Amino acid sequence: MGAPLFCRPAELLIRGAHVLDPRAGIDTRQDILIRGGHIAELAVPGSIAAPDDCDVVDGTGKHLFPAFVDPHVHLRTPGQEHKETIATGTAAAAAGGFGAVIAMPNTSPPVDNASVLRALAQTADREARVPVGFLAAITRGQNGQELTEMAELREAGALGFTDDGRPVVSAGMLRKALQYQRVCGGVLTLHEEDPALSAGGAMHEGAVSARLGLAGIPSVSESTMVARDAALAIYERGRVHFQHLSCRESVAALAAAKEQSALVSAEVSPHHLTLTDESVRALESSFKMNPPLRTEADRTALVQALRSGLIDCVATDHAPHATHEKEVPFEQAAMGTTGLETAFAALFTKLVLGGELELSALVERMTAGASLFDLPQPTIGPGQLASVCLVDLRAGWEVGGRGYVSRSENCCFHGQTLRGRVLLTVAAGAVVFRAVSAALPAALTAVK
Amino acid sequence: MSGIGRHLLSIEDLDRAGIERILDRAESFAEVSGREIKKVPALRGRTVVNLFYEASTRTSSSFELAAKRLSADVVSVRSIGSSVEKGESLKDTVQTLSAYDPAAIVIRSPHVGAAALVAGWTAASVINAGDGKHEHPTQALLDVFTLRRRLGSLEGASIWIVGDVLHSRVARSNILALRRMGARVTVCGPPTLLPREIEALGCEAKPSLEGLSQADVVYVLRMQQERMREAFVPSLREYVQRYQITSTHLDARQLLMHPGPVNRGVELSADAIDSPRALISDQVKAGVAVRMAVLYELLVGSPVLEAVA
Repeated sequence: MGAPLFCRPAELLIRGAHVLDPRAGIDTRQDILIRGGHIAELAVPGSIAAPDDCDVVDGTGKHLFPAFVDPHVHLRTPGQEHKETIATGTAAAAAGGFGAVIAMPNTSPPVDNASVLRALAQTADREARVPVGFLAAITRGQNGQELTEMAELREAGALGFTDDGRPVVSAGMLRKALQYQRVCGGVLTLHEEDPALSAGGAMHEGAVSARLGLAGIPSVSESTMVARDAALAIYERGRVHFQHLSCRESVAALAAAKEQSALVSAEVSPHHLTLTDESVRALESSFKMNPPLRTEADRTALVQALRSGLIDCVATDHAPHATHEKEVPFEQAAMGTTGLETAFAALFTKLVLGGELELSALVERMTAGASLFDLPQPTIGPGQLASVCLVDLRAGWEVGGRGYVSRSENCCFHGQTLRGRVLLTVAAGAVVFRAVSAALPAALTAVK
Repeated sequence: MSGIGRHLLSIEDLDRAGIERILDRAESFAEVSGREIKKVPALRGRTVVNLFYEASTRTSSSFELAAKRLSADVVSVRSIGSSVEKGESLKDTVQTLSAYDPAAIVIRSPHVGAAALVAGWTAASVINAGDGKHEHPTQALLDVFTLRRRLGSLEGASIWIVGDVLHSRVARSNILALRRMGARVTVCGPPTLLPREIEALGCEAKPSLEGLSQADVVYVLRMQQERMREAFVPSLREYVQRYQITSTHLDARQLLMHPGPVNRGVELSADAIDSPRALISDQVKAGVAVRMAVLYELLVGSPVLEAVA
C-alpha cells in the first residue's frame, strides 16, 4: 500500500499572514516558504518569490499559528470503530488545526499490552492524517488491580500511562505505578474521580442537579483525588499529569502541588472553559460529559489558571459517540463530547473575543501539550519541520452546519456560530487539511 | 390568556393562570364524576397511549380512567411483556406507537427527561406521568387541586414537604407548583436525603421537624426501604423516631397529605393516616378529574368552561 497523498512533503508559500508563535517570539506579518516539508524561509511580506513547483496561498488578513497539539483524544480504535477511527479522528484533528494528538488507551480491548500497541501504531502509520502518540493503560484491563508491563509498553512507544475513563482508585496501586515509573519513564496521566463520591452521577452536583433530580458528581470527587495523587507523586518524586480539571477545588489542589513539585502538570478542556451546568437544564445529552460541566465560579477559576499557566495546556478530551448512544434519556446517555473541530474556535470566540484570555496565551496553551509528553514542539522558524495552521479569525461558521469530519456528531457546541475558521493545516511537513472554501474571499464568510 | 402549551412535561410549562385554568376545568370534571353516567364525548374518536416503563397503580389507572371518561380510545403499554423487554429503544417504541396517530402519549419512565425526549419524536401531545426523580406534574396539579378545595387559596400558606426529597419527583413538581400558587414551601428530612442547593428552587430546607407546628399543610413523602440498604439513614427505627409524622405532630388546623402508596408505620403513623386531617383519599379522587382536565386542555383547550357540560 502506497503512502497516502497527504504524506507528500509540502511545497508551499503562504503570503502575508500574521504569524503568531509566542514560544518563538514572532508576532508580525510574514511570508513563509515551506520546501520539502520544512520551513525554508520567513521574510517580510512580498519579499519571497514563489518557486515554480510551489502552491501559493494568500494569507492576507489571516493568522498563522504553530499547529495545535491535543494530548487527550479518544480515537476509539480498536473495537469501537462505529464511533471513530484513526483515519476519521485524525482528519477531524487536522480540520481543527491540530498537528499532533495523543490517543487514550480505553479502547476495546484496552491498550494494556505491547502487541495491541504495536498493531495500533502500524494502523496509525497507514491511516493517520496527523502524527498520533499513544498512552497505554496503567493497570491491566484498566481494572485497577495489576500493573501493565509498563517497561515493555514504553519500548513499544507508549508516551505514558493512563486508565483514563476511570481513576486509579487504589492509592497503593498508583504508588506502585509511580515507583515503577523510575524504571521506564513516561508520564502518569490521571483521570481524577473518587467513585465513592461520584458513582451514579450524571452531572455536576449543585442547584441544577437539585432541580432536575439527577444524581450529582460533586466537585470534591475530583479535587480530593488530585490532592491525594499529588501527595503520592511528590512522595515518590514521580511525574504526573492531571487530566481535564473541572472545578476550582482542583485548581487549588494543583496550585498546592506545583508549589512542591515541578513534575506536576495539568490540562483543561474547551467545554469546561466555556460552558457551565446551566447548559444541562435542557437535558440535551451532548452536554453530558465526565467530568461534568460545573458552575460559573469553576469556569472562571479554570480560565484564570489557564491564563496564569498554572494549568499548562488545553486538551479536548475529544470523545465521539454514535447517535444511538446519545439519543436516549440523559442518565442513559454516553458521557463525552467531540472537540477537535471546535476547540480553537470555541476558545477564541468565548475567551479571546470575550476578553478573558489573550490570543497569544491561547495559542501557547493549545500547543503546550507537546513538550509535556516529550513530543516535538511545533515552532515556526527556519529549518523546522513545518507544523502550522492558517486561521481566519474574522470568519464565522455554524458548528455542524456542514456536518462533521469526525465520524460522530455529539458536539456540545453544535449549532452555535463561532468565530475563527481553520483554512489550512500542515502537520509533520505535509498539508493535511485545506478548507473547501479557503479560496473564497474572506468577505463572503466574514461575520458582519 | 393562560399559557398551556401542546405538552405537559414540567410544571414550568404552566404559569399560575395555566394551573388555575386546569384546576377550574377539573372542578367541572369532578362534577361529571359524580354523575351516574360518568362520561363526556370530548375525545371521541381520538386515541390516548399510556406508555409505562415503571410500576404504577394510581397514576396509570387514573390516566386510563380519565381518558375513557372523555370517550377516548386508550392503549396501555407496559415495559413488561412489550417489545421494550426485547431491547427496543425508547425512540423506536415511540415512533412505532406514533404510527397509530395518537392524540396524546402519557409516559412514565425511570429516567429524567424521558418525556421531553418523547415530545421531540412524536406529533402527539406528551404528558409526563413521572420521569425519574425529575417531575410528576399531574401529581402536583392534583395536590394543588385538593388543597385549593380545602383552603380556597394557597396564597401565603406554609407547606412542609417531609421525607426523602432527594429521590422524589413529587417533591420537585410540588415545590414548583406550590410556589407558583403563592405558597411558602419548606422541605424537611435527613440531610442525606435533601439535595444540595435545593433552596435554589425557592424553598427552605430543614434537617429536623422543629418548627413543623408553623405549617398549614404537612406533605409527607414515601420512604423507600431500599434507601436503608443504600445507607442514606442509619436505620428505619431512627428514621421513624426522628421523621415519622404522627397525630401528635398535628393540630386541628393542619392538613396532612401523602402521594401514596403509604408505608404505614414508617413515614406516617396509623393514627395520622386515619385522622380527619388526612387528605390522602381526596388526593386519589382528585387524580381522575385533574387528569381529565389536563387531557382536555392539551387536546381540546376551548376556553369556554361550559363546553364540557
